Amino acid sequence: MKKEGKNSDELRPLVIKAGVIPNANGSAMVSMGKTTVYAAVYGPRKLHPKHLQMYDKAYLYCRYTMVPFSTKERARPGPSRRSTEISKVITDALKPAVFVNEFPKATIDIFIDVVQADSGTRCAAINAASVALADAGIPMKDLVCAVSAGKIDGKYWLDLTGEQEETTDCDLPVAVMPKSKKITLIQMDGSLPEKDVKEIIKLAVDGCEKIYKAQKKALEERWIGAIREDK
Amino acid sequence: MDRRHKGGQIECGVMNLKSNYIFNLASKNQRTDGREFSDFRKIEIEENPIENSDGSARVRMGKTEVLVGVKLDVGEPFPDSKDEGILIVSAELSPLASAEFEEGPPREESIELARIVDRGIRESGAIDVKKLCVKEGEKVWMVNIDIHIINHDGNLIDAAALASIIALWNAKFPKYIEKEDRTEYGTKTDKELPMKYKPVAVTVYKTGKDFFLDPNIDEEEASTIRLTVISRDDDDICALQKGGTEPLTMEDVEKIFSLAVKKAAELRKLV
Repeated sequence: MKKEGKNSDELRPLVIKAGVIPNANGSAMVSMGKTTVYAAVYGPRKLHPKHLQMYDKAYLYCRYTMVPFSTKERARPGPSRRSTEISKVITDALKPAVFVNEFPKATIDIFIDVVQADSGTRCAAINAASVALADAGIPMKDLVCAVSAGKIDGKYWLDLTGEQEETTDCDLPVAVMPKSKKITLIQMDGSLPEKDVKEIIKLAVDGCEKIYKAQKKALEERWIGAIREDK
Repeated sequence: MDRRHKGGQIECGVMNLKSNYIFNLASKNQRTDGREFSDFRKIEIEENPIENSDGSARVRMGKTEVLVGVKLDVGEPFPDSKDEGILIVSAELSPLASAEFEEGPPREESIELARIVDRGIRESGAIDVKKLCVKEGEKVWMVNIDIHIINHDGNLIDAAALASIIALWNAKFPKYIEKEDRTEYGTKTDKELPMKYKPVAVTVYKTGKDFFLDPNIDEEEASTIRLTVISRDDDDICALQKGGTEPLTMEDVEKIFSLAVKKAAELRKLV
């Protein structure tokens, strides 16, 4: 069965670019299908106000925003309950991969702007943020890769489009550190038997491998090229 | 940026060094990147990069990058202009774009930016707002322009104004179902916005005796005066805004006008 020109275990067209925001210490642009996000990392830098500083590790701060023109109906600027929750789950998804204890008292700020939304924005955000962290040279155990999956018309589907999101039995985003296969984010909307849920998680975890490759390629393109130019 | 904490002093020192360097170069008719005073950096334009918006544009001026999206919707007109569409311009200086930008509601800088762009479009009559009337006194089209900065390396006003006018000229109306009084967001008809003019902003900066265009961030910080001149296709000036802490002479203003209007005509070809 084909829908919108792709099989159920294929990703939407994936583009990842590292180092797209010159002002940031690290940055990335990720588009998954029609969803496009930018992530910028500033830091490690001094954390203010001082009382938030931790003597043994850095503060990892993440802010996810939808740009007003990113959605079909104009989104009101400023934080919403949705964006606040997503910022939190993204922070939690990235934290296990970052050696925060390398930078006591500092903050690592990650800003994520969704410029076009067509489902899977939190996954694209995590993919972009983890490339941006690596681009900033922040020591990490691994990259973090994320993709969502669901079940449509009795079949499991990877990386749902906006249209598919409306017909799927569930939307289940997963983030993984591929080397250890450890899961750092899992959410779900919808209701399905346990067996299905397990299958969908497996499908998403496998899908993350492809994202992992694209992330590494983006970092290689950015840095191997740069090193050559230096010589 | 809070300059009270420790790093502040060092940062101020570096800024002074940069400013002196730029100032000294200018006295030898030079700029840090080898450009002439009246040169813009390389301008790259992408039309309609955001499919979800009704019209959009990406403008890069050197390392400055601005994204603008236009959204159209039907709403109630203002009581003093019952048969005219409504223009709303907003700008966000996202903390993504610079370490100098902070989170939170729009502050002075972004409000000023949005209002300058707004004035250029409004006062030039770029959009024939009478043609945006759906039903007099009840329903008119509202044109939302959202300016989003991706990377700030100086001259945001000119980049944002250029991206805005390109986005407007590329915009198409979404479907509006009058019976149900509902806009079908995300749909596109063939109908373009009723555009009449292409106002273009050129901001002239001054350091010491010299006038220059399209500064990068270091040049912008070294400069103490700027004057934005927005002019349209017939070279009429339709908006002005002076910024910076130093005063201008009448002679300066005249020089700036001729420089800005001439450059605007060049940039207009890109729209």
